[in-house]
Amino acid sequence: MNSVGEACTDLKREYDQCFNRWFAEKFLKGDRSGDQCTETFRKYQRCVQKAIKEKDIPIDGVEFMGPNKDKPES
Amino acid sequence: MVKYFCCADLLKSTWDQVCIAFWQRYPNPYSNHVLTEDIIFREVTPTNCLISRRLLTKTSRAPRWMERYLPKHMASSAYIIEDSIVDPQKRTMTTFTWNISHARLMSVEERCEYKINPENHSWTEMKREAWISSNVYGLSRAIQEFGLARFKTSISKTMKGFEYILAKMQGETPSRTLAETATERARETALAAKEKAKDLASHAQKKQFV
Repeated sequence: MNSVGEACTDLKREYDQCFNRWFAEKFLKGDRSGDQCTETFRKYQRCVQKAIKEKDIPIDGVEFMGPNKDKPES
Repeated sequence: MVKYFCCADLLKSTWDQVCIAFWQRYPNPYSNHVLTEDIIFREVTPTNCLISRRLLTKTSRAPRWMERYLPKHMASSAYIIEDSIVDPQKRTMTTFTWNISHARLMSVEERCEYKINPENHSWTEMKREAWISSNVYGLSRAIQEFGLARFKTSISKTMKGFEYILAKMQGETPSRTLAETATERARETALAAKEKAKDLASHAQKKQFV
């Protein structure tokens, strides 16, 4: 899948590949022995965060699980 | 006024497989409307949950009748945020997804919970809730109805896409047949041709005015 920043797609794919392996082989199995994807994630984030700023995508200050707070449980 | 919708779904794969597929589900043959996908935040919490924020760009076409109420140059795509929490101890995944573009016009918020099916532990059950609202004076009810109808069709696409990726992960040939793919291709080609024709027509029209 492409990144929102055209220049970031390769970095994203590299990270995705690393993450998917870590998620399936370590995280879900409860193995907490380090995450080798930190460096690829950092590089990818540098690129994508820059693209988000350039495109003025309004994500600043959007709280995690954001508008969910006031919703009834139902 | 907010429209509320709730439904349950079942995926005939284990919870682990569903979570793995969740991160790999784009692209799939049912996700042509998803243009870009990015992880923009990710962390493992001290309680060992994985929290992530995904930013998606999706095409967003308004129906004809709505178009005349919209700003002329409104972007034809929308930004969507999807936050999620994967708890590998409790074996639950919760997602919360909403649009950050055109939100005054129509806001769709969706919450999904993925759990192990209590009757069959190799299946995963989903609870899906949605809240659809609009702040357009005089039209909010009509827009909400439209939003809900479109949301319902999008669920079937999401589920088909999910099942496609799960089948692929498990080394099966996805159930989508060649004929189905061919029909889809033909439809896309026709749509592209139509768009191009519209484009040419509007260019021609503009030229006339010059």
